[in-house]
Amino acid sequence: MQVRLADRVTDLAIATFLWAFRISVVLIVVVGSFLTLSSGKYGLETWTGLVITGLTTGSVYALVALGYTMVYGILRMINFAHGDIFMIGGFAGYFAGLALSRLGFLNANAIASLISIMIMMVVAGVFALVVALLVERIAYRPLRNAPRLIPLISAFGASYFLEYSVKGWAGPGVYAFPDVAVLDQLVPIDFVRIKWLDVLVVIAALVMMAGLYFFVMRTKVGTAIRAVSEDKATAALMGIDVDRAIVTTFAVGAAMAGAAGVLFGLMFRQINYFSGFEPGLKAFTAAVLGGIGNIPGAMLGGLFLGQVEAVGPQLFLDGFGVPGLAGLAKAVGFTMLVLILVFRPSGLLGERISGTRA
Amino acid sequence: MKLRKLGALAVVSALAFGACTQGTPAPSDELGVITIGPNDNVHIAFWGVLSGADASLGQDSLDGAKIALADHDGKFRGHDITLSTDDGQCTVEGGAAAAAKMAADSTIVGLVGSSCSDEAVGGIKAISDAGLTTISPSNTRPALTSPDRGPDYAGYLRTAHSDAFQGKAVAEFVYNELGKTTAATIHDGSAYAEALQQVFADEYTALGGTIVIQEQVGKDTTDMTPVLTRVAGANPEVLYYPIFVAAGGFITDQARDVPGLENTVLIGSDGMFTPDFVEAAGPNAEGMYLSSPNFSAFQAGYTGFLEKYQALVGSAPISAFHAHAYDAFNILYAALDKVAVEADDGTIYIPKKALRDAIYATKDFQGITGILSCSASGDCGAPLIAVYQITAREVGGQWPPEAPVWP
Amino acid sequence: MTALAATASGWSGWLPAIRLGLLGAAIALYLCFIGIVAIFDPRPLIQGVISLGQVALILTGIGVGYLTARRAADGPLRAMIGATIAGTIAGAALTGFVLLGAVIDLRGVILHASPVTYGVLTFGLDTPGAWIPIVLLGAAGAVGGAVEVLPTRFQRPVISSLMALLVIGLFAGVIRSPMLANPLTDPIARLLFASDGVTPLGAVATVVAVLGGQALNRRLAIPQRVRELPAERRQRLTLPAIIVGVLFVLWLPQGVGSFFAQVVAVVTLYVLMAFGLNITLGLAGLLDLGFVAFFAVGAYTVGLLTGSGDYGIAHWPFWAAVPVAVILAMAFGAFLGLPILGIRGDYLAIATLGFGEIVRILAGSDLLKPWLGGPRGIYPIPKPIEVTPDSFLAGPLQIYYIALAFAAVVAFVAVRLRDSRLGRAWVAIREDEDVAEALGVNLVQTKLLAYMLGAAFAGLGGAIFSTLLGAIISSSITVFVSINVAAIIIVGGMGSIPGVVVGSIFLIGIPELFREFSEYRYLFYGVALIAMMIYRPEGILPSRITRREFHASDEAEPGEPAEGQSTDEPTSQPATGMVT
Repeated sequence: MQVRLADRVTDLAIATFLWAFRISVVLIVVVGSFLTLSSGKYGLETWTGLVITGLTTGSVYALVALGYTMVYGILRMINFAHGDIFMIGGFAGYFAGLALSRLGFLNANAIASLISIMIMMVVAGVFALVVALLVERIAYRPLRNAPRLIPLISAFGASYFLEYSVKGWAGPGVYAFPDVAVLDQLVPIDFVRIKWLDVLVVIAALVMMAGLYFFVMRTKVGTAIRAVSEDKATAALMGIDVDRAIVTTFAVGAAMAGAAGVLFGLMFRQINYFSGFEPGLKAFTAAVLGGIGNIPGAMLGGLFLGQVEAVGPQLFLDGFGVPGLAGLAKAVGFTMLVLILVFRPSGLLGERISGTRA
Repeated sequence: MKLRKLGALAVVSALAFGACTQGTPAPSDELGVITIGPNDNVHIAFWGVLSGADASLGQDSLDGAKIALADHDGKFRGHDITLSTDDGQCTVEGGAAAAAKMAADSTIVGLVGSSCSDEAVGGIKAISDAGLTTISPSNTRPALTSPDRGPDYAGYLRTAHSDAFQGKAVAEFVYNELGKTTAATIHDGSAYAEALQQVFADEYTALGGTIVIQEQVGKDTTDMTPVLTRVAGANPEVLYYPIFVAAGGFITDQARDVPGLENTVLIGSDGMFTPDFVEAAGPNAEGMYLSSPNFSAFQAGYTGFLEKYQALVGSAPISAFHAHAYDAFNILYAALDKVAVEADDGTIYIPKKALRDAIYATKDFQGITGILSCSASGDCGAPLIAVYQITAREVGGQWPPEAPVWP
Repeated sequence: MTALAATASGWSGWLPAIRLGLLGAAIALYLCFIGIVAIFDPRPLIQGVISLGQVALILTGIGVGYLTARRAADGPLRAMIGATIAGTIAGAALTGFVLLGAVIDLRGVILHASPVTYGVLTFGLDTPGAWIPIVLLGAAGAVGGAVEVLPTRFQRPVISSLMALLVIGLFAGVIRSPMLANPLTDPIARLLFASDGVTPLGAVATVVAVLGGQALNRRLAIPQRVRELPAERRQRLTLPAIIVGVLFVLWLPQGVGSFFAQVVAVVTLYVLMAFGLNITLGLAGLLDLGFVAFFAVGAYTVGLLTGSGDYGIAHWPFWAAVPVAVILAMAFGAFLGLPILGIRGDYLAIATLGFGEIVRILAGSDLLKPWLGGPRGIYPIPKPIEVTPDSFLAGPLQIYYIALAFAAVVAFVAVRLRDSRLGRAWVAIREDEDVAEALGVNLVQTKLLAYMLGAAFAGLGGAIFSTLLGAIISSSITVFVSINVAAIIIVGGMGSIPGVVVGSIFLIGIPELFREFSEYRYLFYGVALIAMMIYRPEGILPSRITRREFHASDEAEPGEPAEGQSTDEPTSQPATGMVT
């Protein structure tokens, strides 16, 4: 088919615009960073502080993002209610923590605190898992063969349902996690100011992610999950129980989100029925950033988004003298997302649940 | 016919002078008369935010109104009172829709609400045009009761104080009482916080203080370290963040961990004056200041109210404007009592304009938020702002604070 | 399982009843826990007879009883006993809840484990009345079973009367208030409706009306007769039907009061925007969750150009500002669309969602506050036509007519576009980008056009919306607007123009009418979305093509595919990969 001249001109204009867009965003980032850094307003301590908070929030994003990415990898479905599963996990962990605190065990000593937190995370994980499986059974399973927008709408519905159920159950107020004294202390090292809580969050997240990676890559069930995400029909022919693989995926993702809910509660002290929405959205963004369906991608995406939101506004925009720029953190995060998608349309690491490119 | 009309007119004018007549025929009124049949309920509507992230503000006020209702045994002159609720979602469009619904309901005699100033902006025209009158327990935007607010606001009053008072009071407290000359502010992108911190900043600058930085965070931000780091960079002596429970808790909890803010004076406002906030903020709240209506003036009534609240809701108040809603309901009730005309068969007539006038005429009303008198521009709240300091006692779970530190 | 059934058929025969009973128990407890029972106790369905809170519980009992009886294959007696067992189990759970509550205070964990809830469950007797739920729900189960066991001839009237009663009771306030405004209907309204819910007389009237209506319908059988008419006579009926329809739509807000006018105005606005997204999503298959960004551009443009407050810059009339708003929204669509059109599928969804959030944040930011008013927004914005408050064009009514007129234009444009060459190119892209490109469709340009046209419609919606509210504030620009519009298209039936209208009524209008139930309406909104997708995935009024595709896939795999054996991978088949 012949291409008309007008088409060519438009195409050229479009291409020019695209490059201008990419160059200008990169330019803003580079010039802004240069201006900020050269102004010397903020010392090294400031930046390390921001990096650490980015690391801890990023770890939580990453844990939640894993659930999105695994479900997407296996069902090609955006599980919009996943953020609410995270919130429900937080609530379960809160009640467990409250009980432990009443028993006087939570703050008895450092070991007891650590054990208590593990109990809270397990309770949260189990509770989140049960709720997630119920949601899967009721709202998603009947739609498994429907066109892909149908489960998305059902997921919106599930999200509304979970949020407002919790609101009815617990009321609209905030619930404050009990204090764990040990975690508020500083790690005794000189060059950087860091709390034990930060260490705990990062280590717990790393351990869970490593465990998940091992589970998916090395175990039989994990292999089944990967096989199903590659090709359901063939996997079924090979004797893999597709249904079980899918349910396992939901369960694992939900358990991690539930545990992440406890970490979130410990970091920020408070939860309410709506506190899953934002982290859910962010984690979804993180999953897409890394390449949705890709497990290492979700981890990378989460950490990256955490850093962009913590460090980004300050680094990129302070040099320009933008007022109220901390309020723009989310906008900066989404701009980086768009930028990355413009350069790499399938996210940082591409989309494959196994992480290996086909 | 004419005679009857004349008679009714006489009744209304008699009412205007405070006389109360029983067993008279239906009065007339320029805005219309609501007839409540012998077996009908008296319908009072509450509108405010009952869903979404700010639901606790509206729920708290609603519970305050419910307690007032229970204090009257749920009855007005032997008729059951229906307290209906309409969700305004804390948005202009939600307020507009809720107001349109209530304006169309000819059984409603009076309203308590809205929760958010945005809801009032969206809905007040419909309410005033319908001849109804609403008393807001928690709108604090100054413009809503400014003397030049226009005829759309004819049916609008509030028991909440205007932020013009609160911002000014905090500025005076910081500059005169604490003697601090540099301050920073943070708002959360809500109209309430943005306006209040601006009033503070203007008043503070007028007194001679310096605002070193005005920052903004997202309403749903949890990680406040970046914004606090920026604030610390400007090195203020005082940090004022008049926002809500959740975000306020995050800032208070995280501020002490940011180098440079270890000793900065932290100040919040009435949006955070709840035990929920102290719980959310944790031990770091100790020593910080909160401005709020001066509760110490009416402590006695408030304590009894808190017990009823605990019994009804099962927790301490979840936001700051339950008592204001209680008073708003009672002002409306008292005004109804003043203007209602009862026929022999139990029918009640409520003349709308007379009711509105009676509410505006409220004087020295014994509320639990103070001795209330309504101004011609709709301010019924006692503009007595106090500053409280959070001590170990409140962090330990006691509420409310015992006595203000200022004035 | 089969072995068990063989050895102990007497016991295992009741298993379905027990299972459904446990389900009912879970539902009944859930209703108590989330506060529906307590909060809707003061809200009567039938005044002085039954409250909504009680109805919720009793309906649970009736529901499980009905389902149990339906599952039972062996005779009405066993069905009835099974139904009663199921209801009793559900009731027993509530009894357990009451007794447990008497021993320990559950309020620390469950906010609504309150005296009010226990009072409702035991009819005010508290712990001594703990037996009541068992009896009540057992009886309800029996009633449910009885309804099922009844011959169909009786079953239908009973069920439809109950449903009608429920609907009328729920909407009582909304139906009553416009009736009270009219001196003709006022006495009727007072007779049939209480302040909340219906009066006993109203309930009887409802049942009589339903039964009468059904009898009449059977006798007259109008739809059937119309269907049987010869084609040319049916065509002759079309024009009058359309005229009646148009007249009805024009009369609607005048006749039903200002609240309905507000609701239908908002519904119409969403219809208008959904037509726009129908091009982007329905035809071209681009999942745009940032639709609200263009809505904001339109709204802020009108606010700035016509606003009479501090931020108004031009004081233009509305009609001059609208074209500017639409063109700006379109340009903004091009600006946002260009960088991301190379992105496919769900990546596009999150990128556009990001745009929506960026626009919301910027609109309320301190950065743009000098121009856009920050969180307090632009206020006031005058109405398009200045009228007195008692005019027939006052308030939301004129917005309704304006939105209606624009929606008609937009619908026309949408239909013409769909049937054009461009429309076919869009569908081709939706079905398979690579094939479309191979056939000579210029991907970027065609997608960009879809994106820009969608943006233009959204901008128009925003422009009208800002005048409806008389203000535009950054907090109105939420991701939920985008989600709602997308849900309207899918629930209504993708690509179908009547579907968009029905979807808007269903998802925007009905929740508005349920405003008195505040947050619980979102709960039911969520349930309704899920149920809708499960039982009618093709939408309420699907287009012919969609219906055919859903139907075709039914034929390919008859019935529901068995769980665990879903070997079909729909997303890998581009032909059905995206809904049409």
